[in-house]
Parts: sequence; structure tokens; C-alpha cells
Amino acid sequence: MKFLQESLLELVRRTSAELPDDVHRAILASLEREKKETIAENALKIIERNIQLAQSKSQPICQDTGTVVFYVDCPIGFDQAGFEQAAREAVLTATKRGFLRQNSVNSITGKNDGTNLGPGAPVMHFHQHHSPETHVRLMLKGGGCENVGAQYSLPNEKLKADRDLQGCRRVILDAVLQAQGKGCSPGVLGVCIGGDRATGYEHSKQQLLRTLDDRNPIPELDKLEQEIVATANEMGIGPMGFGGRTTLLGAKIGALNRVPASFFVSISYMCWAYRRQGVALNTTGGIDKWLY
Amino acid sequence: MIELTTPISEQDIRRLHVGDQVGITGIIYTGRDAVHKYLHEGGRLPEGVNFKGGVLYHCGPVMIKDERGAWKCVAAGPTTSIREEPYQWQVIRDYGLAGVIGKGGMGERTLEACRQYGCVYLHGIGGAAQVLAECVKQVRNVYLLEKFGAPEAIWELEVEKFPVVVTMDSHGGSLHREVFNSSQIELSKRL
Repeated sequence: MKFLQESLLELVRRTSAELPDDVHRAILASLEREKKETIAENALKIIERNIQLAQSKSQPICQDTGTVVFYVDCPIGFDQAGFEQAAREAVLTATKRGFLRQNSVNSITGKNDGTNLGPGAPVMHFHQHHSPETHVRLMLKGGGCENVGAQYSLPNEKLKADRDLQGCRRVILDAVLQAQGKGCSPGVLGVCIGGDRATGYEHSKQQLLRTLDDRNPIPELDKLEQEIVATANEMGIGPMGFGGRTTLLGAKIGALNRVPASFFVSISYMCWAYRRQGVALNTTGGIDKWLY
Repeated sequence: MIELTTPISEQDIRRLHVGDQVGITGIIYTGRDAVHKYLHEGGRLPEGVNFKGGVLYHCGPVMIKDERGAWKCVAAGPTTSIREEPYQWQVIRDYGLAGVIGKGGMGERTLEACRQYGCVYLHGIGGAAQVLAECVKQVRNVYLLEKFGAPEAIWELEVEKFPVVVTMDSHGGSLHREVFNSSQIELSKRL
């Protein structure tokens, strides 16, 4: 895997500077839909210009280059420790080159050593599969949108949310209401119904690896996804919370089993600057193809 | 688009209303979580930093040094402002700020300080780090870099036509309050 580090650096660069096509298309559609000559339309125009500019200058779309999260699907026998080392080196170089902000802070001392390396930084998830292919997906998850994520425990009396899909709908829409424009709307929701407090949030984030135009294979969840987006957009929060027609670009919902005593609904909010890219690697660690 | 140049007079601030689109030209200072906490706890503004009639920008930019050792602003969009709600009113009162740029809006205490002392909250476009970095013509100085690290330091930026929207004015108006209330009503009809 002699090209691994180089490939991961290119993955970081491209994720920071280029939005995936599906997200870009959704933003263009929302610009088209927005009421003309409003501050909401103007916000979307600036967003569109920003997307173009970041790509052409190869610079971060957003200055908050976020939590760096790698998701690796790898064959049995894959050198995980070697990958981790290469990923850390790639993150360090990407930071020096300004693809990533110096974004990792010691939570006890408040010190930022400028490397983006430390406990929990970067985040890496590995998943083995019975295939020779190695797929690496990268998400840069900004702090503003991470802060408006929410986890609800059902039943929730105040929101009249029972332990059923209607209850899930109520709490998901409450999260949209509470977030307003603070997560940099128009955003995308990743949701997990069930799981425990840790796996629920984790699974909600993994939903954000799906493309915006895919459809959920589970009919109940597919219906809920469409309905959440439609209702959220009727709420009129709009881009940046300025009021307008697009509040959400998408909602992606998954489910995990739960124990009888718990019923969590975990919601991760992704900003419009939805930075995810992925690569399929060949046996030397070179990039075979891009996944989004 | 209303164009304003720093330092901004109270008279000019009082003319602004929610929904106005403004282009800021002149000097703005970045300051976010660490700076607000520091000032709140009695820390002094470094010599050379003057907030009077000035604009404070909630931003943690990406900065790199070029080959000549000069700072270059690579990305500079706004960060979420509500985290500064416990401190902002005091900074407006004590230092005479004319404007605060950020994103997501702020709460009642800041709104009241805007009304009382003649200040406005100016909403930048969150995530638009490249468009906004292009408005930064020069990085003039940096303060408290060692103490707080690059994203949290006070950067003195010279900007031109930096685009913002007034979402909280000095007359008690708040677009954030309006949109929250209307979206809550729309949601309740659909539950």
C-alpha cells in the first residue's frame, strides 16, 4: 500500500473543497425553487458561488473543517494499524496545507497543538467484508451542525410522542424546529430509530453516507423520510433561518434494535456544506475510483 | 445593499432594520468562544484592538503563512453565535461595538443590548468561507494567538463589501424570533 498516504491526502483535500454531486444538485434545485429577490435566495446564491470558488481554488468550502471521520470497508486481513498511521500522516499534511483548519483542541487544557491529531482525532471506523475491495469514505462534520443534533427518549410527554413511528416523526420535526438556521440550513438529517445512546448517534451519522437521491428499502422509513422533508420545508425556516422554501435537502433514517426499556431517536444534522467523499483503493493503495 | 465603513456611527446603526442587506468595508476583528469568556472574566483587550464603533466577527478562520511570512486568510465564514449569548451584551456595553457578525442569531439579552447601546446583529452566510475570505483584503494583525490558538485568536482583518443581513436591529426587531414563532405555528398545524 505504498500510495495509501497520498490517496488519503487527496481524499481529504477533495472532501474539504468539493461537494459531492448529489448535494450540489439538491442545492441548485433549492435555489431554483426559492422566492426571487429575497434574502433567502441571495443566501443560496452566495452558497452556490462559494461552492464554485472552493472547488476552483482547492480550498475549504467552510472554514470549520469539522470532525474528521473515516469509514473503512476492508477485506479480511487488512492492515488496520498501517491504515491508521497513514490516515494520521495525511491529516497532518492536509492541515499544514490549509485543507483542514487547526481544529483539534485538548478538552482539559484547551490547548490546540495545530496537528489535528490526538485522542479521538481523527475518528476511524473499520468494517470487514468478504470482498477484496477497500472502500474509504470520509466525512468532515462541522461543529455548528453537530451542536444542533439531538437525542430523544420516547415516550416524550411534552411533545406527545409515543413509542411508534408517529412519535418518531414528532421528535424529528421538533429537532428541525429547535435547530432553525443554526446548523447552516438547508441541511440534511441522519436519523436512527432505536439502538442505545452511543450506537444510536453513530448509526444516525452513518445514514449521512447515503446519497440524497437514494430511496430507503424499508417502506415505512422511506415514507417517513419523504414526509419529514416535505413538512420541514413547509415550516418556512429556510436557508440560514432567514425564512424560505427549503429547510431540509433530505432526511435519511435507519433503525437498530433496542432493548424493551429504551426507545431512542437520535438525530444528526448535516449542514448544506455536506462534505463527504469516498474512494475505492487498489492493492497498492492508489485510487481506483471515486464513490460519490 | 447598504454600504457601511468602520468605524460606524450610532446614527447609521439606528437607521438599519431587520432584513436590510449590508456590505461592510474597513476593519473587523474576529472573536469567538475563548475571547468572550476571557473578556467576561475581566481579561483586557490587547493594545491595538479597538472595538469602539467597530465590528466583531464570530469566526475562526483558516490562516496559513505565505513564503514571506505574511498571514493569508484561506477560509473565513461565521461560526454559531448563540454560544456567546451569556457574554455578548457585556462586550457590547463595555467596548461600544456597533455590530456583531455571526450566524444563527442571538437571544434576548443581546437584543436588549443592541437596543440600549445602539448595535446590530449582522448575519453572515454560514459555510460560505470562500466568498467571505475573498472579501478579506488583508490580514493586518493577530492577537492572543499563542494563548488561544489560530481559530480562537483575535484577527484584525481589512474587509471590503463583506455581505451580511441585519437579523437583529437596534429597535428590538429579531428575524430569528419571527421565524421561530412562524415555523412553530406551521409545524403545530401539521402534527
